[in-house]
Order: sequence, then C-alpha cells, then structure tokens
Amino acid sequence: MAELERKKMINLNVDIAIIGGGPAGLAAAVSAYENGAKNIIVLDRNGWIGGILTQCIHDGFGVEETGISLTGPEYADMYIKKSQKYGIKFMNETMVLQIGRNKTIRAINKKGLFDIKAKSIILAMGCREKTRWSVLIPGDRPSGIYTAGVAQAFINLYNIMVGKNVVILGSGDIGLIMARRLKFEGANVIGVVEILPHASGLPRNVVQCLDDYDIPLYLNHTVTYIKGRERLECVTIAQIDEKRNIIKGTEREIKCDTLLLSLGLIPENELSMKAGVEIDKVTGGPIVSQSFETTVPGIFACGNCLQVYDTVDLLAIDAKKAGEYALNKTITQDKNITIQAGEGVRYVIPQIINKPGKIHFTLRVEKKMKTPMLHVISDKKKIFKKKLPWANPANMIDFYLDISKEIINNKDSIEVSLNDK
Amino acid sequence: MIHRQMKNFHIAIIGGGVIGSAIAWELSKYKLNIVVFEKSSDVASGTSKANSGVIHSGINSPTGSLKARFCIEGNKIFQNLSDKLGFQLKWVGKYIVAKNKEESKEIVKLKRVGINNGISGLEIIDGKDVKSKEPNISCYKALWVPTAGIILPYSFTISLAENAVENNVNFMLETEVLDLQKKKDTFFIKTNNGDFQSQILVNSAGINCRDIVSMLEEPDFNVYPCRGEYLVLDKKYSNLINSMIYPVPPKRLDVLGIHITPTIEGNILLGPSAEYIDDPLDKRTTKKMMKTLFDKAKELIPSLPDNSAINAYSGIRCKLVFKEKGGWSDYRMEESKKTPGLINLIGIESPGLTAAPAIAKEITKIVSKSIKLKVKENFKTLKFQNKRFSELSTKEQSNLIRNDESWGRIICRCENITEHEVIKALSNPLGAQTLSSVKFRCRAGMGRCQGGFCTQHIVRIIEEKFKININKIKLKSKNSNLFYGRTREKEDD
Repeated sequence: MAELERKKMINLNVDIAIIGGGPAGLAAAVSAYENGAKNIIVLDRNGWIGGILTQCIHDGFGVEETGISLTGPEYADMYIKKSQKYGIKFMNETMVLQIGRNKTIRAINKKGLFDIKAKSIILAMGCREKTRWSVLIPGDRPSGIYTAGVAQAFINLYNIMVGKNVVILGSGDIGLIMARRLKFEGANVIGVVEILPHASGLPRNVVQCLDDYDIPLYLNHTVTYIKGRERLECVTIAQIDEKRNIIKGTEREIKCDTLLLSLGLIPENELSMKAGVEIDKVTGGPIVSQSFETTVPGIFACGNCLQVYDTVDLLAIDAKKAGEYALNKTITQDKNITIQAGEGVRYVIPQIINKPGKIHFTLRVEKKMKTPMLHVISDKKKIFKKKLPWANPANMIDFYLDISKEIINNKDSIEVSLNDK
Repeated sequence: MIHRQMKNFHIAIIGGGVIGSAIAWELSKYKLNIVVFEKSSDVASGTSKANSGVIHSGINSPTGSLKARFCIEGNKIFQNLSDKLGFQLKWVGKYIVAKNKEESKEIVKLKRVGINNGISGLEIIDGKDVKSKEPNISCYKALWVPTAGIILPYSFTISLAENAVENNVNFMLETEVLDLQKKKDTFFIKTNNGDFQSQILVNSAGINCRDIVSMLEEPDFNVYPCRGEYLVLDKKYSNLINSMIYPVPPKRLDVLGIHITPTIEGNILLGPSAEYIDDPLDKRTTKKMMKTLFDKAKELIPSLPDNSAINAYSGIRCKLVFKEKGGWSDYRMEESKKTPGLINLIGIESPGLTAAPAIAKEITKIVSKSIKLKVKENFKTLKFQNKRFSELSTKEQSNLIRNDESWGRIICRCENITEHEVIKALSNPLGAQTLSSVKFRCRAGMGRCQGGFCTQHIVRIIEEKFKININKIKLKSKNSNLFYGRTREKEDD
C-alpha cells in the first residue's frame, strides 16, 4: 500500500529548494549558484516569477544595489535572466503544502503531487497584507474595500479599475504608491489617512506620490466607521490623541466608493511553523543565525517572511547570504550566543550567532530619535559604538560588525541598544 | 431561469433563508410547481448565514412550546440530513458553565427543563472535571449537553436549496416581492423580475415577514429586530476549546448569552451580542460590541489572546416581543385566517436553524390540507460536498489531478482550495456567482488573509471561464460591484 502510494508521487532530489520566487527567492537562488550549488529549484505559487515585483511597475528598485532606479519587473528580470543562464529550475503555479521530516517538501501543481527531497531549504514566502479585521474597523461590509496590494494587482496586472473616489488608510509605501497610481488612472484620491504622527512609508515616497500630486495626508487620523450596504458609500475619519483615542467632535464623513488599506505586512510563516521552525514574536519571522539558518538545521529563511524589509536592496543583501550559506550548511557550531534587543531597539536580526566573522545586522527602533547612538555590549563592555544620522521606526537600520571568537566564547549573549544623546 | 409560460405555481415561497430553503426541499419531494423568491444574490444571505451554526439540544425552550418541539424534532433528524445532503455536522457537545454557586442553581434549573423536554445525557459536572476536558476553562460547575452539535449554517441552507433546484424547484435570486394580491383562490405576486401566480404563498421572509403580511392584510404582530455581532478567530487558536462553551443565559432578553463556539472549519466564534435596533437591515459591527465580545469571552477563557480575530459580522434576530417585555415569545407558523392559503412563519429566531427541517415537515402537512400531495418517483439527492481536496489522502489527490489538472492548482492558499473547487462552486445549480457565493460554497477567501491572495484568481475565473463582464462581478448583492471597468482595453505589449 505504501509502495503504491509512493508511485503516485513525483519524486525529485535537489541540493537547494527555495520556497517562493519573489525577490528574496531569486536573490538566494542566484547567490547559491554563484557560490557553487548546482541543483537548485525555486517553487512559486503564481503563474509568473518575480513575486510582488511583477505588479510594482513604479521605479525605485535597485538604486543602492545597481545605481540605477529600476521598475519592479526590470529588477526581477535582472535576476530571472541570471537564473536562466545558470540553469536554475523554476516550478510555477506550484504550492508547497508542507515541509516534512528530512527536509522533504510536499508540493502540488497541475502535474500532480511532488515530494522534493532537498539538502537545504530556503524559506522565501514573503508576507501578506493586514486586512480591515487586523484593526477591526467597525461598520458595514460593503464591496470597495481593498488592501493596497490587491488593488495594485488588479490595476497593474489585469488593467481593472477598482474605484473612482478613493480614501487610503495607512501611509505605508504601498499605500503611497497606490495613491499616485490611482491618480494616474483618473481616480479622485481624496486623501491618505495615517494614525501615526508621521508617514509610515519612505520620505521619498511621501514627496513623489502625495506632495507632487496635491494628495492630502491626514496624520494622527484614522478611519472609525465604514458605511455602505452594497458598495462602499462613505467612511468616517477622526483625529486621535496620543493614546489613540478618538478626539470627540473631529469625526467627519467622507463620501467615497473605495477604501484602500495599507496597514502593514505580516510575514507568512504557516509553513515554517508546521516545519517546527521557531518564530520570533516581534518580527513574526523565524529566529535565524548569522547564516540565516533557522532553528531547524538545514532550513534557512530570507526576505519578507524573515522580516518586513524597507527596500528590495537591503532584502537582497541578506537573501544572498542565505543562498551562500545554504550550500555550506555544515557549520561547525563553535557556540551559540543570542543577540538581545536592548534599550530603544524593537528587534535585531540575526537573533543567534554561532560563528565568528563579519555580520550584517538589521534592526528597528521603538521610537523616533534625533541624535541616536548605537551600542553593542558584550559582558558589560562596549564592543561597538556608532552615531546614526537619524532613527525612526519606519526605517530599518543596518550595520556590519566583526564578531570575534573571543566575544562568542566570552558570554552567552550580546546586547544591541540605542539611545538619544 | 423561468420560462414565460411558467408563471403559475402551486406554491410560492418568499425568502431563501434556511426556513424557505428547507420548506422548498421538503416540498420538492412531491409533484408540485414551486418557486422561491430571494431578493439577495444567493440563498442564506441574511440571518441564516450569520448565526452560531449550532444544532441545539432543546434545553433552552419551555416544555410544550413550539420552539422546544421543533428544536427537539429537528435535532433528531440532523444526522440523517447531514449524511444524505453532505454538509458537515459534528456533535461536539456543549458546556453551560456556572462561575459560582449562585449560577449553579441556574444550570440545575436548565437541566430540569431539559429532562422535561426529554433530552438525554445531561450531566452536571464539577469544575475540575470540566478542566480535564477543557483545560482553558475555569468554572465552578457546568451542565454538559452531549446532544448539541455544530454545522456551517450557510452550507446547510445551500445544500437544501441546491437539492431543491435539482428536484425542479425554481429559485429566483435578486427577485424582490413588491406587491401581493389575492383574487379568488390565487395569489398575484408582483416582483422586480415579473409577475407570478400561486395557489399557496409561504411567507418565510425572516426579519421582513411583517412587510410581506402587510401586503395582504393588517398584521396582528410587530417585529423587533435584535442584532447579534460575532467575531471569528484565526484557526491557529482552534485548540482553545473542544466543545461549545456557554455562560448561564442572561435573564433578560431571552438570548443564550455570548458564547464561544468551535466551527467545523476550525475557527472559533465569539458572540453573539444582543442589541435591539430600529432598522432590520442594519447589520453593522460596532467597536463597542467587539470589545464586549472579547471581554465576555475572556470571562470564560481568560487565556484568550488579543488580536486573534480575522473577521466580524452580525445577524439580526426576528423578535416578536420588545426588550422591556423580556424578549421571549414562541414561533408562529400558521395559515392566515384572514387570507387562506397564506402560510406565515413568524418570529423564527434561535433555535430556528435546528428547527428548520422539522418546521418544513409541519408546513408540508399544512400544504397537504389544500393540495393533494403526490410523491415524486424521480426525487434526486445531490451531495453538497464530499470531502474537500485538502482532506483527501495523497492517493486520492493524485488520482484527481491525473483526471483533471484543475485539481492541482491551489487558488486559496490559506485554506488550500483548488481551482476545481472554485469552478464547481461557481457552477452551482442556483446560478449564484458572487464572490460570497464562492466563499460560502468552497471556503476560498475565508482564511486569515481574507481574500488577499485568491480574489484576483477567482475574478479571473469568473471573467474567463464564466464570461461575466468585470463590471458585473459582485461581492454579495446586486449593487455590490467590485470594479469600475478597465483602465485600458488592450494589454500593451
């Protein structure tokens, strides 16, 4: 019976299997090849390669990496061409159902069910958008409420117009980009509503997407009610105080047929969790070492399923490392030390270091600082100090640091902190 | 959908909720021409989809009441219906928990009513024994009700309606009854989709039942809409409870109180609240009630995590007694004395879902008094759903994909729903083709991303396979369009 069962499956053996063919999966694949891996396969749910890049037809991708401002599809194409040259295999419209024991991936596509045995697995599933219900906006349940990414897919991939009179909640980058995109397509973009006292997206996007087109940004505001029994008819927006309570008397109704939500992104890790990978409660992504290996040996993680990155350039740096190390997975573990997020720091990646060397750290701060000073402390001693030009929660901070054998051997943890001097 | 000449029916049913659909299916066993008018774009569009989905045991209604009688009768036939029609049913049982000595007196009373109603297996259990079965529940004592179960209420209603269609009942969706007249022995029914006639008129319009009556006669009752809000929790919290957890019912309002209900699919429901409102169509959710639901649920499960909800909705109870009078009244199901041939179903609130199949049998009896019923020899049963693809064995899955590759394309990645299942949902015999129709039939879009990934693929299927213009693609009702045309007609190269 088991014999028969096995025959129904299509079996594959690979060196590295990468789950997700977006920017992280592509960068990891290319890097893995360039570092000597040969038998690489990338599995992706969509009918195309490039993930979310394909619908990001605006430019701004790869500025730091290539010196040129590319569109999403151009940026993806750069990696796709390399991948093709390297003979990296892609399986499209292929959904990974689970990661089993011994790093065997169960996947499905129109050809059937697959069991893919990999020496190493790289998780690169990306993230999903928060919905109306992540923040529980009360009211009716009409049509016309889209997450910004879904609206972007309809407009850019399928030429379908989602609305005429649009309010955008959340000033994340996708929300800002979509404000401009909808304006280009002739929609009336009434405004962008942001609960924080500052925009969540990159400053350049605020200028290029809102200011340049006279689209108002309502800071310290939120949508408090949704009205419309069939299609959306109007939303109520209100000003909020420091404790995020609605300031009475500031509520006003705005007539609109469409509400776009740009509320933030959630790393996709249902597969990782089922595979036994330990998740960091703050990042929502796997806990990884400096080689981007998760707590399950041989399973690596990169891209937005690890943490939500600000730019593709920064994401690619780490994804390439994951690709590089996934091959050399036989790491002689000197000793595990943990990296603690200290004062002012929300989280730091990697969370574990088990080998000395030059390490790329990424972190996010808890709140805005004017003259921040970054400290790395080991055994009560400062081993690193750096003055930063700014710090705010919307922007990721990254730095390189050489971690010596002595530091690893000395203590069980090091601490990264930031203070405003 | 309906031929021009086919405008005369033996029976016209107004409302395609669970009651209307159950009656239509029961009557479809006989040689009758039947039509159902439903103003929404699909059946189960009102309260029938927005409730706890509980098959009640019958302990909550006074002995001898219609509520108790039909609930108990319904409860007994549900397993058979589930087997036959193919909607899922699980007898998960229910704990009614008493937090203290005072409340434990109430569960003793409930047990007594239950015994009087002939319900078996009722047990009063100590808190520590509850804890061994439900580790997240702390209570003083609890009444264990083993004969309570759960279903997906919309699946049940859809399976009844689709089976009725298979047996030649005409369902007219997006068809609102605008006017009714009775001349001699015939009802003249005016709708936005044409005029029709029938010998018998069944009023199962739910919360709108009074509006229908008043088209023919002066109603002798009032309807008091009472809204109940719910929160749906992410599946990852499904192991918080195994059975339904109910509080001791609050004395006023005649409702069962905010309870915690597992669902067939592994989500947990919190709710419903109870709030009398003026407008029966006002199905809003409110910040206040969302908080109340969480607070009340936390009284039952202190470890309930915050931010665990993935959706919120509300349903409207059809109450016949206003708030100040305490809310309790019995069902009314009877042929009108003033307008013979008009069969009214009034005030069918909880346990209406459980009672529906028994009520349908009762209505069939009433119909048989004026029309001689002849059994249809070729009555067919269509299983609403066998197992989902994701529940099948590897071998079964492989075989399906080999025969039809659309089984191999996952459309909804949160719930692992395949293209085949989406196409099947869109090919339903009722002709309901909204996004909600897909969601309620195969669950695509009901997971934690709430359609973020699958909506675009479903829209493409609706457009390409079903040739529906994108401007006609709807979320759930006639005017709930999703799109405003194309940005450009031809894709640029």
